Amino acid sequence: MIPPNYFLILSVILFVLGSVAFFVKKDLITMFMSIEIMLNAANLAFITLARSANSADGQIIVFFIITVAAAEAAVGLAIILLIFRQKKTIKSEDIKLMKG
Amino acid sequence: MGYFLFFLLAALTVGAVLAMIISKNQAYNALFLILAFACLGGIFALLEAPFIAVVQIIIYAGAIMVLFIFVIMMINVRYGIPAEKKKWTIYLSIVLAVVLIIELILSIKGAFTLPVSTAIIKAGPTDLGRLLFTKYLYPFEITSILIIAALVGAIVLIKKKEKK
Repeated sequence: MIPPNYFLILSVILFVLGSVAFFVKKDLITMFMSIEIMLNAANLAFITLARSANSADGQIIVFFIITVAAAEAAVGLAIILLIFRQKKTIKSEDIKLMKG
Repeated sequence: MGYFLFFLLAALTVGAVLAMIISKNQAYNALFLILAFACLGGIFALLEAPFIAVVQIIIYAGAIMVLFIFVIMMINVRYGIPAEKKKWTIYLSIVLAVVLIIELILSIKGAFTLPVSTAIIKAGPTDLGRLLFTKYLYPFEITSILIIAALVGAIVLIKKKEKK
């Protein structure tokens, strides 16, 4: 069997890559995708720890995370479409209406 | 065999995410992300969570990413978004990433000594369904309300205002 720390390190790497992508990328859709990567890294950690604790409860939490991610994707993409309709751009640096 | 599959899937996942960071085309980004999510589904299957693996592929790689691709097609940006001009933000983000990775590894260090479990966990659809409707009934109902709210919210947000 593969020890759980391999999976945990993969989860850490994915989370860090997701957060780096969030800061480096400039368009809103890709920034949104990197949030999904971070959520998936959390899912991986949950399932790994559920495996080593011999319980299925962690997998139920992953279910809830997936449903919340789906709801969040629907609302977030609606907001991005709304921004595109009003400003004709999805670059994050062009959206600075509230910047002082 | 298990190690080989794990390293193959992990390398594919990390490689797809890195390609997403490098690539400028949003449609390619979405396709890379589908690859990453499918490989993560395989990793979930290695962790003896077969139902979650299937749900991951159907919902994430299927439904959510199709939603992303629909929005990319609707927005239809012809040219890629140019990369960040200011180099110092990239260096700063690399430094922050190193700090974050050290911090996270320190925080999960306690889990590294966990024993390798060989017992079979009951995580089939029947067991998960039973758990979902007994112990986690209230979170389940609250999640359904959340989904209704998100659905109505998305429709209200995106609706065009009627002209009088």
